Amino acid sequence: MNMSTTNNIAQARKLVEQLRIEAGIERIKVIILVIYFVSKAAADLMSYCEQHARSDPLLVGVPTSENPFKDKKPCIIL
Amino acid sequence: VPVQYIVLKRSPLIPEMATQEVQLNETLAHLKTESETLKTKLEEERAKLHDVELHQVAEKVEALGQFVMKTRRTLKGHGNKVLCMDWCKDKRRIVSSSQDGKVIVWDAFTTNKEHAVTMPCTWVMACAYAPSGCAVACGGLDNKCSVYPLSLDKNENLAAKKKSVAMHTNYLSACSFTNSDMQILTSSGDGTCALWDVESGQLLQSFHGHAADVLCLDLAPSETGNTFVSGGCDKKANVWDMRSGQCIQSFETHESDINSVRYYPSGDAFASGSDDATCRLYDLRADREVAIYSKESIIFGVSSVDFSLSGRLLFGGYNDYTINVWDVLKGTRVSILFGHENRVSTLRVSPDGTAFCTGSWDHTLRIWA
Repeated sequence: MNMSTTNNIAQARKLVEQLRIEAGIERIKVIILVIYFVSKAAADLMSYCEQHARSDPLLVGVPTSENPFKDKKPCIIL
Repeated sequence: VPVQYIVLKRSPLIPEMATQEVQLNETLAHLKTESETLKTKLEEERAKLHDVELHQVAEKVEALGQFVMKTRRTLKGHGNKVLCMDWCKDKRRIVSSSQDGKVIVWDAFTTNKEHAVTMPCTWVMACAYAPSGCAVACGGLDNKCSVYPLSLDKNENLAAKKKSVAMHTNYLSACSFTNSDMQILTSSGDGTCALWDVESGQLLQSFHGHAADVLCLDLAPSETGNTFVSGGCDKKANVWDMRSGQCIQSFETHESDINSVRYYPSGDAFASGSDDATCRLYDLRADREVAIYSKESIIFGVSSVDFSLSGRLLFGGYNDYTINVWDVLKGTRVSILFGHENRVSTLRVSPDGTAFCTGSWDHTLRIWA
């Protein structure tokens, strides 16, 4: 086999692989679309917010003593 | 969605490849048709069952109280418009880049400048901190992304150790390290995104699909795997698989350029900010836009967006010099912040969520908490 045949085979393999990946992605999309309504997706987003709300400093506000940016000490010039 | 066929030169030496290709093309065509049919059916079912919008589901969620957020630090030192900034994982250092070609590393607690580099080009539109905190990446009109290792010796000339990593054929609009200092993801005015190996400068993967300049990108939170989202002048937000280079989802509901995209902390959704003066939320599993954050009184474009740690708040920097804070679930604005004297061009929440930083065309950066 000469160089150009070897290259053609390599190219062919790459394209076949690409097609396999695309087909796989389309299958997954079809499955996911059937399962997810916006109401379910919305419930998931809400649940995440609720679970993490207490540890969100900008949401709940942290006392001055605990937020390094809120400290009132004057700037140190080194 | 048009069905794409890949035509392969059929070599008589590899007939089994030709057969495989035909079969796969047919399978792909069938699946795409099935996917489109299911999408239509799903929309019909949604309408029938009155599938509700996000803000309706969120009606039972407690409303947020008043927010008091103010400027806690002002970082002065750039000689021209600040275009981009990024936080270091240590939650106190910041890198920023400017139209005047300067890239500065600051200690945000003390406002001291720790490093400064002058780039050979003006309009340094992108900058990013390495996960280790030991280097920064930047680029812009030079069409490149370069990495500068940060030295502990303040007298050392950083420019001497500069490493050129990415090469595009138009301006660099955004860059981000992946989970390590070893790889960088870039987006460009040439319409593509690309993944690069930092050490060798080798192109590892390129991402084609945008029909115009790509303006922004964001990597999915590491738990959710190897994907990233990009936004462009073609009004599209594309979600990409990093290993294959494929665009796995695309959203086109904005009416103008998308300037900023940012993943929701869980990785299941992302927000976008656009010149059409709106921010939008797209859910990846529902495969559609689920919220739009807008007001009739807001008519200037959004330059950058980011979420608070829990994802409940969305901060948007606008071209009318303000920052609008949105309740992500209810779709309402909870606060408007004033302070900058020109466009807000960049906005990022700190890694531990205690503050957020904005950069502006007024030459300054502000830390808000």
